[in-house]
This record gives sequence, structure tokens and C-alpha cells, in this order.
Amino acid sequence: MDDPFLIAGEELSSRLILGTGGAPSLDVVDAALAASGTALCTVAMRRIDPSTAGSILDVIDRRGVRVLPNTAGCRTAREAVRTAEVAREALETDWVKLEVVADERTLLPDPVELLDAAQTLVGLGFTVLPYTNDDPVLARRLQQAGCAAVMPLGSPIGTGLGIANPHNIELIVSEAGVPVILDAGIGTASDAALAMELGCAGVLLASAVTRAQDPARMAAAMAAAVTAGRLARLAGRIPRRHHAQASSPIEGMAVL
Amino acid sequence: MNITLNGESCELVDGTTLVAFIESRTGSTRGSAVVVDDEVVPRGTWPDYLLRDGQRVELITAVQGG
Repeated sequence: MDDPFLIAGEELSSRLILGTGGAPSLDVVDAALAASGTALCTVAMRRIDPSTAGSILDVIDRRGVRVLPNTAGCRTAREAVRTAEVAREALETDWVKLEVVADERTLLPDPVELLDAAQTLVGLGFTVLPYTNDDPVLARRLQQAGCAAVMPLGSPIGTGLGIANPHNIELIVSEAGVPVILDAGIGTASDAALAMELGCAGVLLASAVTRAQDPARMAAAMAAAVTAGRLARLAGRIPRRHHAQASSPIEGMAVL
Repeated sequence: MNITLNGESCELVDGTTLVAFIESRTGSTRGSAVVVDDEVVPRGTWPDYLLRDGQRVELITAVQGG
């Protein structure tokens, strides 16, 4: 089936984007990357720690996966822009998952700082993929700013609460001119399938895989769920009805 | 001379280039970025960039992250 997934004109071979945070070791990341079949995975930018053995980049390179740096931990537009500039130098990519959160307890995006950072980064030539609230108006503003995708949360980062407001996700999808990627809140495979059924172009998740009891197996489950949800979306589901509708013929019943 | 690396004092011989410094700390320059006194230093200028006494250096790389 010809159903390419494009971000900023670049085709990705999987609609599942994997975050690498939360895994207990690089071996677990490696197994999850392989099982997920992902073509794009996120990393964070931090001070070099000389005591760390091995590099996440070596693992990612070996799997042939494209890297997407994030701006996790940033609270202001200024910090996020600076982090994106650092990531561009370090990783030689102008793609960035833009995260500007308001506080540690909710990790919810700060919409004012987020939009400010998005506008600045687009102006600096970045391909901006913003992690945003499930707010259709903010999603619209981010697209107007020139973002290459919008990535609304299903529920707060790491909660595994799934998609708290499916109606808003549908609204965002219905008017989006760029890919909508459900980012954050996925707990299990059915959440990922639902995101795709609602019309999302892809799903980004980390904790649901990296903190699962068997990360590689959950990565395979997520890959299958994303594929199933996409197929169901394209196939067109039946409408919901109040009353039953027989699928066997009503006429021709024998008198018994 | 003395610089501050990632918040800690660090002794260096005079005339150390940024590229030599990064390679000595990380083994390669792949995946690293440098901020000196709040300015991101472009990768292409590292071979000619001489570190100076008192500079504040942030050496940054990619780690696991969502």
C-alpha cells in the first residue's frame, strides 16, 4: 500500500517515533529500536559526563535511525533556542523537537514561550516539531509560524493516561496542513492505535516502551498498533449507531 | 592556564585548540557541541580556535531522552 509518511518533504519508513529516555541501559534502547522498526528517535542534549560508557549516538547509528534532538528541560524560549542551536552543531541536523515546559510537576507546554521559540527557530532555518498542548488554536498558531508538524500531547509526559481529549485531537487533525503526531501520554498499544484512528500521522512515545516490563516486546506492540490504527483510519470505520443492525438477511426466513 | 569546563575548574596548556581539547575529553568530536562564554562555537572553526585563560566552556552531547 502506498502511504508515505513525510515530514518537511522527507519520507520516514515508520509512523512510530521512539523516544530513548527512561531506558535502563543502551542495550535496552538498542533492542527497542530494533523491535519498533522506527526511522526517527529522540535524544536530549546534556553536559558530557566522562564517567558514561558508550554513546547513544553509536547505538542509533548502528540501527540506521535518524536522530531528532529535543529541548527537554527548557522553561523559556531563549533556553530552547539556545539548546536547538547546540543540537544543530552537535548532531548536524536542523530538525528539532521543541519542548518548552511550564513546570516540573505537570511538564505541560508553556504556550507563550513555545510559540515564541517556534517563531524564532523557523526564522533561523530549523525544521521545528513542537510538543504542544491538545489545543486546536495553539496548533493552528504553530502551523502559521511555519512548524513542520504539530505534536499534541495525549496526556502529560510519562503518565500513561492515554488520550484524555480525543475530540481535541480530531479537531487539530481536521484543520492541520502539516502532520499531526501524538506525543506523550501513551500507556499501551490501544492508545497508539486510537491516535492513528483519530487521524494522527504518527505517534511519538518513550516511557510506554522504555519503562515497560519487556521494552522490546512493547516496542513491537506499538509498531503493530500504529500500523493497525493507520489502516483502520484509511479504511473508514462504520458509524456508531444507537440500535442493532442485523448483518444477516432479514428476508427469506424459513417458517420453522 | 585555567578554564571552567561544565562548571568545574580545568588546567590546560597554553595554545590548546578547541578541537584538541574536545578530542582529549571525548575521544572524538562527533556528537559534541561547545558553548564558550555563552556563544555557540561553529564546528568549522574548532581547529583554529585557541582557548584562553578564564573562559567558561560548556561541552555538550546527546544523551537518552524522550
